[in-house]
Amino acid sequence: MKNLISERVADFLKNYPPFNIMDANLLGELSQQVSIIYKEKGSLVFSFEEEAHPHFYVVHKGAIELTNPNVKSITDYCDEGDIFGLRPLIAKENYKLEARAYEESILYAIPIAVFRPISESNQRVSNFLTESFASNLRNPYQTRKLERSGISTSLNAQGNLVIDDFQPIRYSKKLITCGPNTTIQKAAERMTKNRIGSILVCENNLPVGIVTDKDLRNKVVTGTFPITASVRNIMSAPLITYPEKMTIAQAQMAMMKNDISHLILTKDGTSNSKSVGIISKNDIMVSLGDNPAVIVKAIKRAKKINQVKELRKSIMMLLRGYLDQNLPMALTSKIISELNDTCIKQVIRLSLEKMKTPPPVPFAWLALGSQGRGEQLLHTDQDNALVFEDVPEEALPKTTTYFLELSKKVTKGLNKIGYEYCPADMMASNPKWCLSLKEWKNKISYWIINPGPNEVLMSSIFFDYSLAYGQRKLLNEMSDYIFSNVKKYPIFLVHIANGALQSPSPSGFFRSFLVEQDGQHKDFFDLKNRALRPLIDAARVLILSHSVKGISNTWERYEKLAELEPNNQDLYLACSYATKALLKFRTKQGLLHHDSGRYIELESLTKEEKMKLKRTFKAIKEIQDVISIRFKVSNILG
Amino acid sequence: MGIFDRSSKYPDYWQAYVKSFKRPLEKDFNKLTFVVLDTETTGFDKTNDRILSIGALKIQGNRINVDDILDVYISQETFNKESVPIHGILRNGQQDCISEKAAMKKFLGYVENHFIVAHHAGFDIGMINSALKRLGLPKLKNTHLDTGVLYKKTLLKSYLVQPKEHYSLDDLAEKFLISKKDRHTALGDAYITALAFLKILVKIKEKKELSLRNLK
Repeated sequence: MKNLISERVADFLKNYPPFNIMDANLLGELSQQVSIIYKEKGSLVFSFEEEAHPHFYVVHKGAIELTNPNVKSITDYCDEGDIFGLRPLIAKENYKLEARAYEESILYAIPIAVFRPISESNQRVSNFLTESFASNLRNPYQTRKLERSGISTSLNAQGNLVIDDFQPIRYSKKLITCGPNTTIQKAAERMTKNRIGSILVCENNLPVGIVTDKDLRNKVVTGTFPITASVRNIMSAPLITYPEKMTIAQAQMAMMKNDISHLILTKDGTSNSKSVGIISKNDIMVSLGDNPAVIVKAIKRAKKINQVKELRKSIMMLLRGYLDQNLPMALTSKIISELNDTCIKQVIRLSLEKMKTPPPVPFAWLALGSQGRGEQLLHTDQDNALVFEDVPEEALPKTTTYFLELSKKVTKGLNKIGYEYCPADMMASNPKWCLSLKEWKNKISYWIINPGPNEVLMSSIFFDYSLAYGQRKLLNEMSDYIFSNVKKYPIFLVHIANGALQSPSPSGFFRSFLVEQDGQHKDFFDLKNRALRPLIDAARVLILSHSVKGISNTWERYEKLAELEPNNQDLYLACSYATKALLKFRTKQGLLHHDSGRYIELESLTKEEKMKLKRTFKAIKEIQDVISIRFKVSNILG
Repeated sequence: MGIFDRSSKYPDYWQAYVKSFKRPLEKDFNKLTFVVLDTETTGFDKTNDRILSIGALKIQGNRINVDDILDVYISQETFNKESVPIHGILRNGQQDCISEKAAMKKFLGYVENHFIVAHHAGFDIGMINSALKRLGLPKLKNTHLDTGVLYKKTLLKSYLVQPKEHYSLDDLAEKFLISKKDRHTALGDAYITALAFLKILVKIKEKKELSLRNLK
């Protein structure tokens, strides 16, 4: 029976191949047989080697990540309108990939029994399918789609996205060569003609050396050799050769080890066999695709929120790679925060473009909470606020309306690119968090003068702010105001110190982990509440007491504290280290389980990891002691 | 049957409906069937206003089958002009309208003993109960859940950020980025409610295990 929902399904499908070439009536009938499936983020659609379902899927909303669990590489992302899980049905085999909801998704499940007769009777539909399977892409139009994100994501010979460091590298197979007796001038001409930076020198079909731009600069332009000399004089030899099956990571290592910028690949890996290809540093850059500089450029070029969303996937990929490579956490989080910041800025910029008029007065967009501290690696909730320059009283309502409208656009955009709305509505789109400088000052004084538990909670989220967009001057004025107020009402510090001691303790009497007692996360360790929060809260109260402005990152705060209080240096540095270690834990766990990484399954940790985790607890205990003594929390509140 | 069987005075379709409640409920929450419904009415008065249409669909294990839905339009004896601009349902318009009795028969056959989910469910259930009463039938026996109430459970409680007293279906659609296409048709609204319901369940699951007890 045709109904409104089946019409809605048909309405969607008709925009995407192969449904766009189907007869409207047929599509209408097909749509009536569809099931609509809701998949929460991270949930499995089908697993590797699972028996094929009686239907294939079309993504209506969201995105599905297809991975091959054997090589642990992400094969593909499917988003709106993409088909997946069809090939196994046609080939009558089990699923060869794992499909998981990369974000919250709505799928249309189309029964193969209904689709098959249609595809068999319609030549164009069956052509589409043959074509898409032959090219091994979901969709022959896909290549175009990849360019959309602005990143030169490369496709390997199998048509799969190359994004992993451990994927085989793509290299140029078309080799430009010359003999050792060719003149330098001839060789240079050939290089120029082919627009390449290096030429391979071969003798009897075997590679003997290479001439690069650098050789020309160092040995010819300096006058050491005339351009009429033969390349034998200037080539780099003997050659460093490698076998043709190389991963990106291996190629990078080889270049670093030998301090060279080109690798020659030969049949058997030695210089005694025919050369088959050459890898340049540039090839590696292209293969990686996800290089922060490349991504930043692409984000800034994005004209639509959806493009920014695509790019965030690359950021996550980069993050995964950094963690796998065990790069220092401070560096990793700097780069990733910087990239996230760029995304947010771009979203604000795009939202501003959508406003009919430019902002009436200067404003600042503040990132709060973990984002403000620059510690947000995985997507979490968005906490933000907006402050604008004071305006005459009569202009206030109009100005507020303008900025609220802007904030609504921005928070919606941020939600689109993956930041969940704040469950407490602590967002600039809330009239309580979108205020003029003067209104903010009033609010802050209220918090500082009347520090109840809620005020402490609010201020603890708020005081970790950083500028995401706009005027730094407004931010500085707010900071100055906070410090001068805190000085006037020192009791406030005691209250925040007390708040910092409220977090549940990480380990029990026998130094065993305390796990959650109920709920969905029963028997999991709450890393955020029990380990990270005490450190973050302690850093905040200490830094506020020193009136240090402009540092909101927790480990940087501890480093600053170590500088300010040399006698406690060891403890502060330990805390700084512990914060970084815990954040890394959280991020790794989050990537592993496709969530925020807040809850850790202790059994999945290795003995070494557990030891590491426990070591951080010592620092937590000590810093809490320092706080309770310094601010005499127990005396006043006890 | 004997005089002690009170239900015998009711028509067969009601008896079949009552009988469906003898079936045991699924113990696994993910296998439970929810009937998500919405009614369009001539107004908000439970005695004087009438149901114009009922749209309903079933959710089982995060899945909605497009061919298993209910979409009925009821022919009207009285006609309230004011509500037409909202719903766009004209009296005996293009839709095939059936009598209130036929509609209730269809509805009871569809809903059986499943849980009913609706936005501000009290109103829809009240309207259906009034219709049943006019047919001389008792009230619905189903347990119901209200997405308006459930949504509030997902919000953090703090006196500094007061939740609104009521969240409209539009509020929910906006919060959850659900397309508002077909808004103000019974089935369209039921679909929006269904998606909102699924998204709310995920939010609630983050806090505690899903069970009917936790939802009520």
